[in-house]
Amino acid sequence: MAVAIAEAQFHVLAVDDSLPDRKLIERLLKTSSFQVTTVDSGTKALEFLGLHGEDASISVHADHLDVEVSVNLIITDYCMPGMTGYDLLKKIKESSSLRDIPVVIMSSENIPSRINRCLEEGANEFFLKPVRLSDMSKLKPHIMKSRCKEHYHQEEEDDLLSNSDSNTSSNPTNNSSGTDTISNPTNNSSDTTDNSSGDSCSARKRKVEARKDEISPKTSRPRHS
Amino acid sequence: MAATMKLSTLGYAASMLSTGLLDEQFQKLLLLQNKSDPNFVAETITLFCEDGEHTIGELTKRLDKQCVNFDEVAAFVHKLEGGSASVGAKRVKNTCIRFLDFCKEKSRDGCLKTLDTLRVVFYEVSGKFKDMLQLEQQQAEATK
Repeated sequence: MAVAIAEAQFHVLAVDDSLPDRKLIERLLKTSSFQVTTVDSGTKALEFLGLHGEDASISVHADHLDVEVSVNLIITDYCMPGMTGYDLLKKIKESSSLRDIPVVIMSSENIPSRINRCLEEGANEFFLKPVRLSDMSKLKPHIMKSRCKEHYHQEEEDDLLSNSDSNTSSNPTNNSSGTDTISNPTNNSSDTTDNSSGDSCSARKRKVEARKDEISPKTSRPRHS
Repeated sequence: MAATMKLSTLGYAASMLSTGLLDEQFQKLLLLQNKSDPNFVAETITLFCEDGEHTIGELTKRLDKQCVNFDEVAAFVHKLEGGSASVGAKRVKNTCIRFLDFCKEKSRDGCLKTLDTLRVVFYEVSGKFKDMLQLEQQQAEATK
């Protein structure tokens, strides 16, 4: 079980109303070692993310799962009926619980004003369709930069399993080892911005530690199970 | 049982590529297929064929009216354009692009004429896709 957690993949939510396009983006993401969930509309994406018109934490609405629903990146088509990818982007950026999740927009049309509009609204990247395998390598850097919040939940489990001082996890000295882990994430990509986000991560880690008891039971299981 | 397409199927695909029915995107699809998802290409092109048929039906219905909602029509065409680009159905994609221009101009005649072309190119490629999948299926059964 320790190995499974150490190798946990990044989770991408892909939004596209077209069936063959969803199939393709799913394959591209899986080939690039991402865990993938696909939905066919912006509305369903927001439902999956736990947003029902009000701020809600990502974990709240995962009723059918016994773990938190944690999405590391959202990739969405621009042109969709009802809620467009741009509308979805806006809703995500307006939500205090979701705004840190990187968003990538896909479109089959190369319209500079559209691209700029999305980037100005907070999109991290814009891909022209058909999306290529090489585009997938652009996703991880965005995830790593915004990883702090989710990484500490992950790290809590990693620390308890691999660290012999698990009983001292509320000890301030563990904060530095936590920051070190951020610099050397399990997924092998080193990103200098991780160091600069370390301070805010430390602050958040203290908050996470205070909530340690609220984390799902599996994090407090014996290390060497 | 090889997870990759059989040689004869690849040959079929190659002829579609050389006649301009498909573009290099289809080759990328083939490369994406692997042991963990050995039916990826078959499933994707099947989805494209089913989706495309449904779209052409909707377009026919919507253009049959005197008062056409060009935004709705464009939305369907756009979706098919995306799907065709994803599987490499070049002629379908290009026809959709022209179709979208007529939608912007709100030209019912232009749309109707392009829909006729779309039907031809779509059924041409979807017919070949179905033949290719059937061939693959037959070969798979023959080698069991």
